[in-house]
Amino acid sequence: MAYLRGFGCYLPSRVITNAELAPMVGAEEAWLLQMTGIAERRFAAPHQTVAELGLFAAKDCLERAGMAAQQIGFLLVASGSSERRFPGPASSIGAALGIPGTPAIDVPMASAGSLAAIAMASHLAAAYGNVLVVGAEIMSRVVQVSPNGRDTAVLFGDGAGACVVGAESGFAEIVDSVLHTDGDYAESLQLNLDSPLYMDGRSIILHATRKLPRVIVEVLERNGCKAEQVGAFLLHQANLNLILRVAQSLGVAESKFYCNVQRYGNTSSASMLIAAAEWHREAGKIAAPIVFAAFGAGLNWGAVLAKPIEARITE
Amino acid sequence: MDHSSKILEIVRRVAAKPVDPAPDESLFDSGLLDSFSLTDLVSALEAEFSIHVPDADLTPRKFDSIDRIQAYLESRR
Repeated sequence: MAYLRGFGCYLPSRVITNAELAPMVGAEEAWLLQMTGIAERRFAAPHQTVAELGLFAAKDCLERAGMAAQQIGFLLVASGSSERRFPGPASSIGAALGIPGTPAIDVPMASAGSLAAIAMASHLAAAYGNVLVVGAEIMSRVVQVSPNGRDTAVLFGDGAGACVVGAESGFAEIVDSVLHTDGDYAESLQLNLDSPLYMDGRSIILHATRKLPRVIVEVLERNGCKAEQVGAFLLHQANLNLILRVAQSLGVAESKFYCNVQRYGNTSSASMLIAAAEWHREAGKIAAPIVFAAFGAGLNWGAVLAKPIEARITE
Repeated sequence: MDHSSKILEIVRRVAAKPVDPAPDESLFDSGLLDSFSLTDLVSALEAEFSIHVPDADLTPRKFDSIDRIQAYLESRR
């Protein structure tokens, strides 16, 4: 069995409002808000690295979970915007946490990376104990913040999130996960070494709006759970309209879908964990099932179902 | 079978305005429909023509104009 023990996050302090971004990308401030639903995002400072953002999120997560880094048995770090081809940020974060010898593995999947890492952690926990999952991204450096890159640049922001998955205790049990990949559309969203992030927005939205509701239903149905029983849906914060579409497709109140994309933009693999950290801080005690879901480059998509411990006992 | 008038009716419904695109005009590049409308368009075509569009066919290009939608529907006969 595997349990959620805590979440954490880190957002760079520099806030980039639409008023500041609009002239950089040759657009009107009102157009940015209307087209994206995003009011502001964060940009990392020039000296900051993906690993540094991830480290701050990891420390916040450990503190909130009341744990020491030495209690971590395995580290998984999701990032698609790492500064170099290898090593990725995982080993640097492990070193900075002071846990030499602990396996630290990168998951360079971008948007669906932290979802996949939580799914993998739920299986690794039995063998390694506490698994620290981190998602960290500096997307502002992989998009073209100029009129030529406007349509993509306005969507993204920087940040990091983290989560501890344990084998023995936590506030919710991870009961199941579903992961899918379809490489036929790999070209639709890609980041090559020598060019800015490329996204075929139409293709990505078309697939995401159909696949996300379907995978959520898949994980719920095979666990005898109905969408209306879920207390919170914590999705990759790709796009406000997309999240609302998923709510509509499932016939679930939009209020059950935690959204902070308006404040941070799309922070790729970090977004779902940042949302989870903020939601958990606001929600406090967990009384109903939680669904995590993400969609991204690959194409990769999936969902994770977690239930509060009390609900499991009384079933 | 020519489905173009029915396709145009669906495009107008999805666009929520009385658009009149040329048969080969891009519905998206011309600004008549946006990315999220594409999802609605595919769902409306599925409902109207009693078909299921599989993931393998979820390519925006297939639904980019009335002519292309007509060709796709023909291919599904």
